[in-house]
Amino acid sequence: MRWFWIDRVTRLERGKRARAVKNVTLAEEHLHDHFPGYPIMPQSLMIEGMAQTGGILAGSVVDFKENIILAKVSRATFYRQVYPGDQMVFEAELVESRSEGHRTETRITVDGELVAESSMMFVNLNSGAGQGVFVFTEALMQLLRECPGFEANGSTSGGQDG
Amino acid sequence: MSDREEIFSKVKESLVEALSVDDDEVTTGASLTRDLGAESIDFLDIVFRLEKSFGIKIPRGDLFPENLLTNPEFVQDGKFTAAGLGELKRRMPFADLSKFEQNPAVGAFGDIFTVGMIVGYIESRVRTN
Repeated sequence: MRWFWIDRVTRLERGKRARAVKNVTLAEEHLHDHFPGYPIMPQSLMIEGMAQTGGILAGSVVDFKENIILAKVSRATFYRQVYPGDQMVFEAELVESRSEGHRTETRITVDGELVAESSMMFVNLNSGAGQGVFVFTEALMQLLRECPGFEANGSTSGGQDG
Repeated sequence: MSDREEIFSKVKESLVEALSVDDDEVTTGASLTRDLGAESIDFLDIVFRLEKSFGIKIPRGDLFPENLLTNPEFVQDGKFTAAGLGELKRRMPFADLSKFEQNPAVGAFGDIFTVGMIVGYIESRVRTN
């Protein structure tokens, strides 16, 4: 299993906002343990989806050339449960950004209904010291290239809602 | 409300939000790390909130100086040198270093970063603006 908790980035406006979707399906193993007979999407993994959407948004500021990692979940509020068959829409906004780090505000909706909101902080790790780029890997960049309007050099111009 | 009281009140609000601490824990003498449990990322969180609250830009390293502890000219054998203390005074004229100077051990460095220090920094910024 790959650690992707969003299926597709559907919109990316460099340094401003990002939108991604995840379809929740009963084929996901974890839903059968969480909980037996009552499958619901774990909130911890919804946090991860918000972090991935926000992390991509923060990464767009540096054209995905630096490692950007989640450093703090300042706030996360959940309003309802998410079930197999639901499509979660993640919408992240970059509210603070500077060379050391960033803050995002992200919401999740299902069918237009608010499911969760969070405020997160990300930091830029220097890609020096032989670490290389381990966040925006080829697999992740492939996901991004499927986003409408995404340009290969990372200078995203925004895409269409999808 | 005096200017200082108003600044303190807004600083307190930022710290309560950034560090999830209670109002009454945020006293002038409280150390951000020892008393309020701040970790490294929280310093950036605090800077973001102060910038918004006071409508100012806080350049990197201006409020919380960087690259001091790793400089052998400033720190030797776990203590700040005279040059290091001089550098601290130059970079942090808004901080009260009198107690730290008596025993400038690296381990006590975090105690400089108090609520009162932030209030002093904001005061100096508001004055010059």
